[in-house]
Amino acid sequence: MSKFRKDSKKDTPGISTASLPDIVFMLLFFFMVTTVMRETTIMVQQSLPQATEIQKLEKKSLVSYIYIGSPVERMQGTYGTKARIQLNDSFATIDDIPQYITAERTARDEKEVPFMTTSIKADQNTKMGIITDVKQELRKANALKINYSTRKKVQ
Amino acid sequence: MARRAKGASEINAGSMADIAFLLLIFFLVTTTMDVDTGLARKLPPMPEEDVIQDDSQIKAKNIYVVLINSNNQLLVENEFMDITQLRAGAKAFINNNGRNPESSDNPQKAIISLQNDRGTSYETYIQVQNELAAAYRELRDAKAMQRFGMMYANLNKTQQKEIRKEYPQKISEAEPKNIGN
Repeated sequence: MSKFRKDSKKDTPGISTASLPDIVFMLLFFFMVTTVMRETTIMVQQSLPQATEIQKLEKKSLVSYIYIGSPVERMQGTYGTKARIQLNDSFATIDDIPQYITAERTARDEKEVPFMTTSIKADQNTKMGIITDVKQELRKANALKINYSTRKKVQ
Repeated sequence: MARRAKGASEINAGSMADIAFLLLIFFLVTTTMDVDTGLARKLPPMPEEDVIQDDSQIKAKNIYVVLINSNNQLLVENEFMDITQLRAGAKAFINNNGRNPESSDNPQKAIISLQNDRGTSYETYIQVQNELAAAYRELRDAKAMQRFGMMYANLNKTQQKEIRKEYPQKISEAEPKNIGN
């Protein structure tokens, strides 16, 4: 009896934390690799419409984004509440779209240009007028592959 | 001499975990895992200026006209329709195969023409697009089930192409104009 008790009392070693840094580093590398830094600050309201027939947007490097919606609340004092277009980091007008598409094209490899997609991220309360205008500009610029960004509908 | 060897002891690595944690938390916070999803569409190329568009060889009965007005109401083939009925309506039209002389001849000839007003809300527009895409998807699934015993999405490339040929997704969007206000 006493034999066992003595033994256990003598040494209760704490859990070794020597491998903790290794585990943490592993997690760190995982997040470092998967992380995508946000390139643009979105200045327009974005509550995307919902749909069921959605497809994943592949090859993110070949996607250029057009944001449409009314400015976010803190910018409404300066820019009003009317729906606006945002390209990169600034508000733009319809006339800036061809230039934007050309800039996006020159930034990519020539072979990849036919596979480029334009993702229209429009707020669900936007009127179709502005979106039709954007689509017309895209047609003129011959950027015909588009994607209406939507969320998956939760039933 | 002996003292020096003692002094050059190892760097204390105990705080390494703390530093790693700090970085880990930074990346945890900045990381965004969202996958972009959406409805993929292809816009028609701009019509060339000196070419007159000749639509006359398309029979009117092969066109399924969907109009959306600025109050987000649907007018389908000159009749009011609720959006919940659009999917069934489109399916019946596409898959008519000449049964109803007023409707399409066959799925290859069937064209859905979508027109919207400038005042239509984007949400409604996306819903209509979604319903039309769903109609095509369901028809393709049914055909794929019948022929290959699998859903369309699970078929291989050539099989998908075969089905797509049978049910080509023809959604045409009219040149923008103002229809009513």
